[in-house]
This record gives sequence, structure tokens and C-alpha cells, in this order.
Amino acid sequence: MTTRAYAAARRTLSLVDKLYEINWGLVLLISLIACVGFAMLYSVAGASFSPWAGKQMIFFAVGLVLMIAAALVDIRWWLSIAYPAYGISLILLVVVLAAGHSALGAQRWLTLGPFELQPSELMKIALILALARYLHGLGVEDVSRPLRLLIPIVMIAMPAFLVLKQPNLGTTIILVADGFSLLFLAGLSWWWIAPAFASVATAVPLAWRFLLHDYQKARVMTFLNPESDALGAGWNITQAKIAIGSGGLTGKGYLQGSQSRLNFLPEKHSDFIITNFSEEFGFVGSVALLLLFTIVIGYGVQIAMAARSQFARLVAMGLVLNFFFYILINGAMVMGLIPVVGIPMPLVSYGGTAMLSVMFGFGLLMSVHVHRQVEIPRHSGGII
Amino acid sequence: MPLFDRKDKSRYATFTRRTLVMSGGMTAVLCALGGRLYQLQIKDGDLYRTAAEDNRVNERLVAPPRGRILDRFGVELANNRRNYRLLLVAEQLNGNAAQALDTIARVIALSDQQKKRVLRDLAANKKFVPVLVAENLTWDEFALVNQHLPYLPGLQPDVGETRAYPFGPELSHLLGYVAPVSPDDKKKSDGDDPLLDLPGFRIGKRGIEKQYDDAVRGEAGASRVEVNAYGRVIRELSKDPATPGKDVWLTIDRELQHFVDQRLGGESCALVVMDCQTGDVLALSSTPGFDPNLFNVGITQDVWHTLTTDDHKPLINKCLSGAYPPGSTFKPAVALAAVDAGLDNLTVNCTGSYAMGNYTFHCWKKGGHGHVDLKRGIQASCDVFFYETARRLGIDRIAEGTKRLGLGAATGIEIPGEIGGVIPSSAWKLAKYGVPWQQGETLNTGIGQGYVLVTPIQLCTQVARIASGKAVVPRITRVVGNTAEPRAVADPLPFSDKAFALVREGMNAVANEPGGTAYAWRIAQPGFEMAGKTGTAQVRKISKEEHETGVKKNESLPWKLRDHALFIAFAPVTAPRYAAAIVMEHGAVGAHPHVQMVRDILLFAQQRDVLGLRTAYPVSAASADRQASHA
Repeated sequence: MTTRAYAAARRTLSLVDKLYEINWGLVLLISLIACVGFAMLYSVAGASFSPWAGKQMIFFAVGLVLMIAAALVDIRWWLSIAYPAYGISLILLVVVLAAGHSALGAQRWLTLGPFELQPSELMKIALILALARYLHGLGVEDVSRPLRLLIPIVMIAMPAFLVLKQPNLGTTIILVADGFSLLFLAGLSWWWIAPAFASVATAVPLAWRFLLHDYQKARVMTFLNPESDALGAGWNITQAKIAIGSGGLTGKGYLQGSQSRLNFLPEKHSDFIITNFSEEFGFVGSVALLLLFTIVIGYGVQIAMAARSQFARLVAMGLVLNFFFYILINGAMVMGLIPVVGIPMPLVSYGGTAMLSVMFGFGLLMSVHVHRQVEIPRHSGGII
Repeated sequence: MPLFDRKDKSRYATFTRRTLVMSGGMTAVLCALGGRLYQLQIKDGDLYRTAAEDNRVNERLVAPPRGRILDRFGVELANNRRNYRLLLVAEQLNGNAAQALDTIARVIALSDQQKKRVLRDLAANKKFVPVLVAENLTWDEFALVNQHLPYLPGLQPDVGETRAYPFGPELSHLLGYVAPVSPDDKKKSDGDDPLLDLPGFRIGKRGIEKQYDDAVRGEAGASRVEVNAYGRVIRELSKDPATPGKDVWLTIDRELQHFVDQRLGGESCALVVMDCQTGDVLALSSTPGFDPNLFNVGITQDVWHTLTTDDHKPLINKCLSGAYPPGSTFKPAVALAAVDAGLDNLTVNCTGSYAMGNYTFHCWKKGGHGHVDLKRGIQASCDVFFYETARRLGIDRIAEGTKRLGLGAATGIEIPGEIGGVIPSSAWKLAKYGVPWQQGETLNTGIGQGYVLVTPIQLCTQVARIASGKAVVPRITRVVGNTAEPRAVADPLPFSDKAFALVREGMNAVANEPGGTAYAWRIAQPGFEMAGKTGTAQVRKISKEEHETGVKKNESLPWKLRDHALFIAFAPVTAPRYAAAIVMEHGAVGAHPHVQMVRDILLFAQQRDVLGLRTAYPVSAASADRQASHA
């Protein structure tokens, strides 16, 4: 009986079944957000598809195919490649540090023929897969055992360190946040969590006092009071806030944003794209977009909770949280709540690599959904 | 093997619980972002809207055309001419800037220095900012460039306005010049006129240009333009036209001024001609002058060096800033005071010298003048007569009388840089040197030597006052914009009619009776005769030995050591209209060229009938004076 009750788990789905199982509502939501991106890229280019909006559409189309493809792949296969993917990503991170292509003072890119690869984007997903696989093999009580805990911490720390060296603070934060969120979801004891929080809380003022250089302190101070250096380092934050604030309740109207059109906005097509949206569509538009993001996150949480294997659940929540951290850091950054760290707004900001990695993430999330009934034995997890 | 063991169940429960905790956290954070949006867009929305508007809109100043300066008949003495310029825009260039400049240099002349400056300016500015390549081109050059424009990408012909002085050096000291604003000018200006910050803006630095700078400058207009973050103008939103500067109408007669400048030639002279009834200055010339256009365009080092090292001091307005001992031109003033002090019947026997205590004072005429009365004293300029007169008057009465004629104090003419000069008195000496006045100094003062220092404009005022009997004050501007300059009607001077009559008679005898010091250079045309007084101001000290062996003739001395030659005059004798005073530096030679100059100038003024001609002031002179008397 027990066996029959879980028959679906063993059922091999046909391709058509799988396509039917894909969460098309979620695809629609994602497309809607991507369309907001196209519209904004068209706007900041001065009502033109070049140089950004047109290319972004192609990136999205490719991303859509990648997403569906990833969704159709059996979740167990993803489990099987979790460690190799992590290993390859780690090697690529080392390579990029040694021989990478430098942009804006940071080594983040590898050139592979016509493509430019950003290993840190790969690592975000590989880390989620690898941690999920490892934690899949552990019981709740195992997670908090020091020796068992050491392994995932090393798994998080290695890529985090390599990405920090690039230097790419934003991605480092996201990697660490993703990793520890998974540990938390897997049942890490509060006895670990509470002291960790406490030590971070005490470390910050100490680091400020003893570790940070003066110029680093100055950077933080500029963030805290951007108007004090409105033409220097505070320029980006100040102008972004002016753009958002000047949008008011209903915005200046599509293609009417003076801040972005007149180039007052920094990185107006990438990290700061959302300021243009807020300027042109106001509070109403911004909240609507925020709501769209929230619904996508809600969908993701639902998918995670419906999955039958611990691996699938953790992968799904890892991806959802990854998406959420992007939105949080980018949103807080452009609104002047945290310092500028260089994280794009997923689906909206211009960029091929970011678009493909986000879409691939959604593909995995959908794979979890499509294969939600699949059960995976615990011994498939762990290190061996 | 059961797929769901107990452990699995407990992990599932933990996962679900913690997922809900995290979902709550995420919702809270997203709400916080929404709250931040509310704060930025709704609560502080107005603030940021203003900031965005300030970002976007840039006020550009529009420079007003500078007001003209005109003479009494409406001749433009300073105006604005079109300045044909070439600008280069880096972003429109085909290829590199140095090549482009070489191509341009094939059409118009460009020095290596100019090219270097253009390259430097191009490098220092954003790519869309036009950089000046050349200005003040002639029409022919400008036309040629326009013809070749298709082959000169990036080059923009442009027509601006620049100050021009059509008569060049002739009115240089009077008009002054304009030049770019210096940091000092900015500090000194009490108002905060935004025009001063306008690149290339020029303000009056001297003369009328400086005195009436506020009036002729006008008020800036503004053009509101939309700019992007790099400062590039996207479009013009609105425009307030500039208020043009006011025209300034002078009392000068440009024809007379031209004649004066021609007549003075390259000598180091200061000459003023004035309406002796009103004080209107008709000509004011300090030679040599300089070309004020040079200062506007940018003066070269060489020219500047020449101007500053010239011993004829072309940069100094000697009429107002040159202080000279008046010499014998001081005597009519002393005589006026003497008559009213009861010395009208004084007669002195001049033997050529005058003894006082251990000192001997010499008359300029070695053999002496014999018996001399007041009229003869003036006519022959007898020093001994004036030694005696001065001794009897005493220094303080001399000071009081001569000051009444406008000597030793700035006249207040509307040209900057006027100095006061000195009329000594016993109190003045005690205050200045802390020692009491000596009677010998009174004698020296009586013949216009010693401490006395006056300016040519004061000398002209003095003779105008003697001629008219009124306390006229020299004035050079009549109308600014459409408003007449206030001018008080001149009051009669507190000297008796008898005193004026005697002194004028003496001055008439100087020029028109045999034995007068200027008789040889009189105006012979009937009805145009002038009355006057010659003077010589010693530059060097004459030793006792030289007095005994004979004073050296000026002609035998180097130019720098020769005496200054002075002459004051009015004409016509019977009904005085014109007053003139000249100081010719180191010009005391036998031929009296300075007297000849004044003779010709006064004759020219009378024959042209400067004061009889209808003026072109936009406000009638009568109403101008009415306005003044009400004020």
C-alpha cells in the first residue's frame, strides 16, 4: 500500500507529461518581469532598442529555452552532477583569478571563444546544488554535529574567498547568505545560530575600529551621508535617490524620466535600471513590480514545500532565496539603504550572463516542480 | 527499505517550519523596501522632484550689449563691433585635432602658439564644448573660412560682439578700456552680478568705461536650458532677453578733441578745454595715448613693455593724475586774493632780485622790470611783484583765495584716478611736517613754486572761474541712458567784480598788449582774441652759482631736465566762453610751442563754434538743467 501510494514517485514521466507539468503561470510571471526590463532598457537608451533592449530580448529568449530544458531534466540527474558542477566551478574561479579578463578593476570574466563566462554566476547555482546534495544525506540532528557542519562551511568558504579576491563583494555576500540559509533550512541548531549572530554583532564594531583602512571607513561614511560628498563618491547614491523620489506617486510617465535620459544616473542600464522604472512609473508602479517579485517568491516557496525529497526542497528554497537576495541587495542599494556593491536586479538589469544564470535557476526550480513526486533515498546524499 | 523514515519526517517538519520563518522574514524585508519607496516617493517626493528639476535645468547667462559712449553731437566714441570668430568642436572632427588645425592654418594664419593653446583647450574641455581658435578676424578672412567650411569639419564660424574704439588712441585716457574680469574685480564688486563669472566677459577698467561701468554694462538675460549630466545642452526651455547697457553722452566734442590730439602731436602734454560758463569739458587730452582696442583683444608683452617704459608715460592720464607746480599760472589767483585784500594799488620796483633776511629771491628777468603794478605784474609775470604781494597777503590768505578757484583739491570730474594736489598753508605744514611756516616759503608759493602742486584739470577750472566769475565745476557726462546727469547751477565766486576785472585785464595784456609774455603768440583774428597766463615749472634745482653765472637755457639741457611749460587761457576776451589749460612736460623752450597749441585750439573751437552748435543729447539740455535745479 505504501508503495502504491507513492507510485507517482517511481513513474517515469514522458516528455509531454513533463511539459504539461511545467508551471506555466510562473513562466508568465517571469516573462512579465523581463518585459518590464525590456521596456526600461528601451527607455534609458532614449527610446531605442539598441544598444540594450534588443539584445536583452535575445538573452531572454535563449534563457527561456535554457529554463525549459533544465526543467525537463530529471531532478536525480541534477543531484548526480551536483559535486562535479561544484568542483568545476571552483576550478574555474581559481582560473579566473589567475588569468581572467579584468573589467572595472575586477577579474570576473573568462573568455571562451565567442562567450564570456562569469564563473561566480555558475558557482551560485553549483553551491546550492552541492550543499543540497550534502544536506540531503543528513538527518536533522546530524546537521549540528561539529564535524558534519565543518564540511558545508568549507564548501561555502572556499568559493566565497575566491570571489571576494576578484573582488566582488556583492556575489560573496550572496554566496554566504545562500549557503547559511540552506544550513538553517536543513535544521541547524539554534545553539549554533544564536552565538554566530552574537559574534558577528560584536565583530562589526571591532572591525571598524581595528581592521578597516581610513579610505574604507570614508566609503562607508559617504554611504551613510551621501550628500556630504554629492559630487564625488556620493554621486551615484544621491542621483539614484533623486530619480526614485522625483517619481512621486504615479511617476513622470514612460520615456519621461529626466534623470536617466539626461545621464544623471550611473549604470542606468544595469545595476540602477530600477531607478528609471521608479522615476517613470512612481510609487504605484514600483510597488506593483515589488508585488510581482513577491508572487514569484511565493510560487517558489510553494514549489519547495511541495517537493518530496530533501534535495529538491533545499534546491528550490536555495534558488528562491538566491533570487530574493538579489532583489533585496539591489533594491536596498538603489534606494540608498546599503552601500553600492554591484548586484543587478534579476530579470530586469541588462546582462547576458546574469539573465542566463537567473533563467537557469528558474529552470531548476521548475525541474523540482515537475519532479516533485520523485523520492530520492537518503544515501544518495552526503559526501559519498 | 521505507522511503520515509522517522528522520525524514522530522526533517520535513523542520524544513517546513523554517521555510515559513524565512518566508515571513522575506515578506517583512520586501515590505521594508516598499516602506522605503513610500518614504522616497511619497513623503519626500516633492523634495526630490525639485532636486531633479535643479539637475536638469541650467540657467545660462545672456550677456547684454554694452552701452555706447557718445560725444555731445552723437558721434560714437565707443561702440560694439561684430567679432568674427572661429570655434572648434572636438567631437565633430575627422581625425586628430593637430591635423585639423594644420588644415585651418592653410586658410587663415595661425601661429604655433595659437595652435598649442587650442590643443590644450581641447584637451581640457569635454568633447562637445566649442573651443576658440581665432577671433577678431576681418570680414575677408571670415568669408574665406566660410567658403572652405565643407573641407574643415568641426570648425564653427561664429559672430560675437566686442568693444571697439573707432578713434583708437585719441580718447584713450578719457574713455579708458575694457578687459576681462580679474579676481580682484570680483572681490571688489559689492553686488554679486552673475555677469562677472561669465567666461570672456569684459568690464571697464579705466576712464568713463570704469566710472559708468554699472550703467553701460546692462543686465544679464537668462536662457534656461535643459542639460544632461555632462553639461551638454539638450534644448532651450525659455529665454529672458538681456537688458542692454545705457548709452553715456559726454560733453566732449570729438572734432575738437581730434584737433587737439593732432595739435599736441607726440609731445608729453596734458590739455583740457572747458565751457567756462558751465564747466562742460569739451576736450581732454593726455598725450601720448594708447590704443584701448589692444586691451580688449589682449595686449602683447612687447606692447605692454613699451607702454610702461616710455618716459612720456602714455598710460597715465596727466590731466587728472599729473601733479605739477603751477609756476606763474598761479599768479592770477594770487592777484585776485590780493585785490580783495586791499592791495589793488600796490606798486613794486623790480630790480631783478628781492632780499629777505639772508636770502635773495630772484626775478626770472635778470635786469628787473622797474616799476610794476598789478596789471603789469601779471602781464610781464614779474616775480618780485608777487614776492611782495605774497609777503603782504600771508600764506593763509593765499591758500584761501587760490583754493576758491578750485586749486589743490580734486574737482570731482567723472573719471577715476583724479588726484588732489597741494595748496600749502601754515596749518597744513605744521600738520604735515611738524614745523612752523617760514616766510620765505610764502614768497615761493606766491610765484607758484615750493609746495604747490596742481593738476591740469584744476588749472583749467581756475581759468574758467576767473573768466566767468562763477564757481563752475568740470563735468564730462551729460546724459546716461535717458536721464540727464544732475548738475548744480554755478554760484558766483566771493571775489569782487573789481578784482575779476583787474585780473582779466592783466591776462588780456599778457596776450594782447606789447610786453605781454604771450603777445608773440596771440590770436590776431578780431573777436576771437584770448587772454591768458604763461607759466614755467622748475624741474631741477638752480644753484646759487648758476644764478650768478647765468641760468642755463632749457634748450641746452637734456629733455628730462627741462622745465615744464604751462599756459592757461580763455577766449573770447570780451565774453568768455572757452577756457583752456595746458601742461607740456619739459616743454619750456623759447618758441613757446604750448602757447601756440592753445592759441590754435581756442581759435579752432571758436571758429567751429562748438558751444553754438545744436547738441544731440536725447534729453534737451534745458530740461536737463531744470531737472538739476529741482534736485
